[in-house]
Amino acid sequence: MSFDGPWPYIYIAIAGWLATDFWRWSGVIAGNRIDEKSEVLNWVRAVATALVAAVIAKLIVYPTGVLEASPLWLRLGAVAVGAAAFFAVGRRPVIGIGTSIATLALGLHMLGF
Amino acid sequence: MTAETAPDHHSQTHWFLVGMRGLFSLPAIILMLSFVGFAAFTAEAKIPVGQVMFMTGIVWALPAKVILVGSMLSGAHIATAFLAVTLSSVRMMPMVAALIPEIRTSRTPTWLLLIVSHFVAITAWVFAMEHVRDVPRSGRVAFFAGFGMTLTTVNILLVGLVYGAVSEFPPIVSGCLFFLTPVYFLASIWVSARHRVIYWALGIGLALGWLFAVIAPEYDILLAGIIGGTLAWWVERMLRRKEAAR
Repeated sequence: MSFDGPWPYIYIAIAGWLATDFWRWSGVIAGNRIDEKSEVLNWVRAVATALVAAVIAKLIVYPTGVLEASPLWLRLGAVAVGAAAFFAVGRRPVIGIGTSIATLALGLHMLGF
Repeated sequence: MTAETAPDHHSQTHWFLVGMRGLFSLPAIILMLSFVGFAAFTAEAKIPVGQVMFMTGIVWALPAKVILVGSMLSGAHIATAFLAVTLSSVRMMPMVAALIPEIRTSRTPTWLLLIVSHFVAITAWVFAMEHVRDVPRSGRVAFFAGFGMTLTTVNILLVGLVYGAVSEFPPIVSGCLFFLTPVYFLASIWVSARHRVIYWALGIGLALGWLFAVIAPEYDILLAGIIGGTLAWWVERMLRRKEAAR
C-alpha cells in the first residue's frame, strides 16, 4: 500500500485502534460486573494468565529476527538456567533474567552468531 | 493493616506521580528496549515515522502493532488487517477484566475506566497486577493512569527519536533484546502471583501455547488461553475442595 496522505492513518485507526480498544472496553464492561471475591474472577485470572503464557511460549519457540536461526535447545536451555538461578537466590527477577540472557549470549557467541 | 484497608492521606496527584515513577522500573526499561527494536523494524520496512508514532500511541500493544505493520507491508485489505489484529487482541478482554476489580472503588466512574483501559498491554498489566496491592484502593486508578500514560508517551517519543538512528545491531545484541521480553514476563508473573491458580495457568498455558503453535498456529494464543486457563482453574478448584473436605 502507499504510505502517502491520510489513508494510512485511517487504516491504522480502524484496523489497529478499533481492533484492540474494542476488547479493552469489553474487558471494562465485563470486569465492572465481576465481584472481587467471586469464582468467576478466579477463572478470568486463569484465562488471562494462560493467554500471556501462550504469548511467552510462542516468543521462545517461534522467535522472529536473529533468534529464528538459533537452535531451540539453546533458547530452552537459557530459560532453564535462568529459572534455576531465579529459584536458587530466592526468586529475584533480575538474577533470573540476567542469568538467562547471559546464557543465551554465551551460546550465540559459541555458535558463531 | 494492609494497603487495602489503610486510610489514605495522599492525593490522587500523589498516586499519579508514584505511577509515573514506574518508568524507572525493570519492566518499563525492558519495554523501551523492545520499542527500540520495533523502531528499527519499521524503519527498515520504510513505514513513515509519523505513522509509526501514531500507531504506538493509538494501538499501544506491541504484538498487535507487529501484525498491523505486517498487514500494511503485504498490502492487505483493511478488513483482513482488522480481523488479524482483532484475533491477536482478544486476550485484552480477560486481562482488563481481571485488572478492573483490583483497581476500581464503588465510586469509580465507568468512563474513567474506559479511558485508562487503553493503556493496558502485557507490560503495563503485569506491572499493575504486581504493584497495585501496595497502593491504597482509592489511589489505584490514578497510580495505573500515571504509569500507563507516562509509559505510552515516552515510548511514542522514543520511537520518533531512535527511528532511523538505529540501523542495525550486532546479531547477539538484537537476539538478546528480543529474548528479554519472554524471560521478563516469566519471572514477573511468578513473583507477582497472589493466587495459586496463577502458577497452574502459567505452566499449562506455556505447554498448550507450544502445542497449539505447532498444530493450530492461526488461533494458538486464543485456544491455549481459553482451554489452558479453564483447565488450570478447574484443577486448582478441585485441589481447594479436597483441602476443604479434609
